[in-house]
Amino acid sequence: MRRRQTPSQTVGPFFAFGLTPGQYGYSALTGIADGTMAGPDTPGRRLRLEGRIFDAGGETVPDAMVEIWQADATGRYPDGRSNTGFAGFGRCGTGTDPEHRFVFETIRPGPLGDGQAPHLNVILFMRGMPRHAFTRVYFADEAEANASDPVLSTVPPERRSTLLAAPGSRDGVYLFDIHLRGERETVFFEP
Amino acid sequence: MSETSSRDLPGYAPFDPETQPDWVVHGYHSSVSRSPGRPAIPLVQTLSELTGPVYGHGAVQPLDHDLTQNGVTDGAPLGERIIVTGQVLDEDGRAQPDTLIEIWQCNSAGRYIHTADRHDAPIDPNFFGGGRCVTDGRGCYRFITIKPAAYPWGNHPNAWRPAHIHFSLFGPAFVTRLVTQSYFPGDPLLAHDPIYMGTPVPFRDLLVMDYDPEVTEEGFALGYRFDIVLRGRRATPLEG
Ligand SMILES: [Fe+2]
Repeated sequence: MRRRQTPSQTVGPFFAFGLTPGQYGYSALTGIADGTMAGPDTPGRRLRLEGRIFDAGGETVPDAMVEIWQADATGRYPDGRSNTGFAGFGRCGTGTDPEHRFVFETIRPGPLGDGQAPHLNVILFMRGMPRHAFTRVYFADEAEANASDPVLSTVPPERRSTLLAAPGSRDGVYLFDIHLRGERETVFFEP
Repeated sequence: MSETSSRDLPGYAPFDPETQPDWVVHGYHSSVSRSPGRPAIPLVQTLSELTGPVYGHGAVQPLDHDLTQNGVTDGAPLGERIIVTGQVLDEDGRAQPDTLIEIWQCNSAGRYIHTADRHDAPIDPNFFGGGRCVTDGRGCYRFITIKPAAYPWGNHPNAWRPAHIHFSLFGPAFVTRLVTQSYFPGDPLLAHDPIYMGTPVPFRDLLVMDYDPEVTEEGFALGYRFDIVLRGRRATPLEG
């Protein structure tokens, strides 16, 4: 029987104790994931991804949740069967950092082998968003791979830079701000 | 290199424009400043979208599904004990086994444990309000909890959210992710709630639990049923 999709509803302002309890200091529940996706033993190059989310008025959003899904350093998506300890999934709220940043400690994803440049898959949730938004993080220093990426090629050239994480001041740190609206509006996808 | 190619994996149907809310919802003020201004760009589903995080039965603790017990400090939580159960399916009616469901809600006075909740209603020292479970082989889940209450939210004068439970689900792939809210039947606040009303007619009912005497347990708790439907398979697989 054909069933209709359950409508999405906003994550609201009070998700933190349910979805990111550890990060926000709630101890009654253990979160399934947080911003620390990789430990010192995870194979691969370290990646620290930092960013802020700006609303239409240019204000930083202090109550958003960002989720990341990514391949491991060999370009493989974890399937729950491997034993590397890398789940490929991270979650971070923007409410615990004084500048409303999200921070992910992870590794650089490897190339998938299907022509796509290395990237992180991102879902964004927040109060005010009736349904979540999909975007991707590519790396500014992968110019060659990015140039032939089939997904980036569907994005108007002048907007592609909104999907590029830029190297920060320290090694392994990349900056990726998300703009919900305006001149620098981040590209969102409908997969 | 991955051993699996996207050709080996099923594609998923798109967001259903008839049941899913728009980015900007009439009367829901923060949806104007907090949602994308330009249309999303269609994305061919690649391995990145067709795979997804795996959180199975190992991800939950024995009391995670019982919110009447998992936040107890010195007694039982106050309020009306309820059972909320249902099946997770996809649009084609396929049961979705082994998928993680996370829920969160306010207590029976309308207060969240979240420190940012400033509503002047009491915290219940025996109620946390967060829970989790993983669907069984038939896609079924079951929570025991306390019926949440309405709370004010400042969106417009005298704005009160109808009682609701927040749900978060993964499903089999990154694209089947769903976050939603479930409401109680017959609540007069529903018609005044822009978030609920943001779902197109006639699909709002999909967000409302059914009272179910079969689920209700004698002398213990009222039972409600809430089935959850995730994106189905795509009729014509896309080139990957
Ligand atoms: Fe709520």
